[in-house]
Amino acid sequence: MSTEGDLLHVVTLDRITPRRVLLGKLLIWGSAALMALSFLLLGLSEYGLIGLEFSTWRPALYAYLFWATCFCIAQVVLRGEQGKRVLFVLPAALFVVAMVIFPLIFAILIALSDWNLSSPDGRQFNGFGNFRQMWDDPFYWNALKNMVWYTAAIAVEYAIAFGLALILSGQIRARKFFRVAFLMPLMLSPVAVSWMVGKSMMEVRFGPLARLARWLGWDNPSFFGSPEMARFTIMAMDAWTFIPFMMIMILAGLQAIPREVQEAARVDGARGWRGFWEVTFPLMLPVSITAILIRIIFKLKLADIIINVTSGGPGGATDSVTSFIFREYRDRSNVGYGTAMALVYLILIVLAITLFMKLVDRWMNPKYLE
Amino acid sequence: MSAQIFHDHPGDVKQKAAWLSRRVAIYGILLVWTLICLFPIYWTITTSFKIAPDVMKGNMIPYWDYTPQWRGWKSLGLSPDTIGLESTVREEFLKRFWNSAVTAVGASLLAVILGSMAAYGLSRFRYRFGFMRNPDISFFFLSQLILPPVVLALPFLVLYRQLDLLDTQIGLILLYTLTVLPIVIWIMRDQFQSIPVELEEAALVDGLSIWGAFFTIVLPIALPGMVASFILSLVLTWNEYFFAALLTSTDAKTLPVMVASQTGSQGINWWSMAALSASAILPLIVIGVVLERYIIKGMASGAVK
Repeated sequence: MSTEGDLLHVVTLDRITPRRVLLGKLLIWGSAALMALSFLLLGLSEYGLIGLEFSTWRPALYAYLFWATCFCIAQVVLRGEQGKRVLFVLPAALFVVAMVIFPLIFAILIALSDWNLSSPDGRQFNGFGNFRQMWDDPFYWNALKNMVWYTAAIAVEYAIAFGLALILSGQIRARKFFRVAFLMPLMLSPVAVSWMVGKSMMEVRFGPLARLARWLGWDNPSFFGSPEMARFTIMAMDAWTFIPFMMIMILAGLQAIPREVQEAARVDGARGWRGFWEVTFPLMLPVSITAILIRIIFKLKLADIIINVTSGGPGGATDSVTSFIFREYRDRSNVGYGTAMALVYLILIVLAITLFMKLVDRWMNPKYLE
Repeated sequence: MSAQIFHDHPGDVKQKAAWLSRRVAIYGILLVWTLICLFPIYWTITTSFKIAPDVMKGNMIPYWDYTPQWRGWKSLGLSPDTIGLESTVREEFLKRFWNSAVTAVGASLLAVILGSMAAYGLSRFRYRFGFMRNPDISFFFLSQLILPPVVLALPFLVLYRQLDLLDTQIGLILLYTLTVLPIVIWIMRDQFQSIPVELEEAALVDGLSIWGAFFTIVLPIALPGMVASFILSLVLTWNEYFFAALLTSTDAKTLPVMVASQTGSQGINWWSMAALSASAILPLIVIGVVLERYIIKGMASGAVK
């Protein structure tokens, strides 16, 4: 697709009179001035510099909304038909900017300060103190190491999901029933899953899984006893919820492969395993990479199950970064330190995913030397 | 009787056996995985009808090795004999349920509206916002998916406290909209790209404006995609726990937070926990069974280009 010129061409007569331009500019700058004024007033009253008393910063929010609306209207006033096109994207863009960019800037400010919400001192600037503390915090590094383990588990999930998708795309009866049944775990809330599976089915005395394990000859089944076992159990529960997700993406990819390709391969003698490795699997690579990438993104947010089943135990063996920061906040109300850790985590994620995509790109589109 | 003239070649017989064993293996795998997927749900629903001895003896099959009782549902105030009576637990439960429903539906609606508009614009027109061209704008939206919730959680906690949005439904709706917006844009962009531009061109020739064409021509065609992204958003936001646990306390607390707060305190009181979990997952199970087609469509789009 070309990047120049609209796909949908619209030719209209737009007469933008100087008065319209003036009106548009007035709308934008007038409302912006109003917003700036409200911020100024609120800021001044926050530090008790003027007599006005505001209980909250709500007016600033309304001022932003008002400015955003005026900005959208002004687009049409200023640019006519072109402005109407911008209106498609502008609301979403303004929304995301307000909800992400602004809080991120705010997050940097918080990360640079010692701020305990429950202490009366309030926010205290302490430079890079939080980052220095983080550097010496073995639990944070431990959580990061766990995240590597959790992410590595995706390879197994992928293999299982691929296998199930292959079976589902084959000739089977009651395909719809199996598809619905396999989809079910994805629909369940992780919190409910942590009780259903983690707390009751794996309960040592009465849980059916513990009974099954005893019946299979494991005398003292404890799913959260040793660090390795606990980590594995968390991985298994998370895999259980998210395998359907990968399975469905791969299934869609499998169904998009033209039948002729596979038939031709079969005629050429690629049957069974060889047909899979040499035809199906390579054809599925783009879909697989998308599925794995999205799965990694979701895996990096893993927290709900850990918070509710093990709270990071035993000894931090199952902690993910998110659950660790969650507890850090909940136990110590330490906003500054938590945000600093979260920001470092974000930077690491962005680096890792960029690297992953670069590697994939190089691997998928090799640039041969002339 | 003479010897049978037409018979299978010995090689074919062997192949038939191989085929049969493959079928058995395939259906075996399918059934085992179905069991893995559905057993926890079965377990939860049956446990909500058990009483203490049943739990301890490990009875599994209702009417066979135990008689179902309404104990679990009674503790929620939802059993037949308590449904007419006053019940504070039920009040609490219904309030949480309502909060979950409002935030999930509200956020999904907002995300679908904002996301469809943005996706349509990006698939039809070329923009220049400063240095940002179309691919950059798309990337800007989709990259929000990478942002882990924990990065935004604490700044939002502080911001919402300042803005007096802490523990309100609208605060949660805004945040949830943000988390599902990239997914909606992804699905809808795919959907709009599959609609031929000639359709709108014809509509424009007939005198509609671009917005008129968008609402009257394009949206009805794109409805399946919108439903798919709506359902997917609904599932994600209904199940969301992390933000809800941090940002709500009394008024806007959602169902997952209620379930989570009960898990620790109940001990072996499994029947009421099971009833609570069952009622938290039931709406989504119904949606999953009825609207499975849309969920699969939503997740499959974008995977296949």
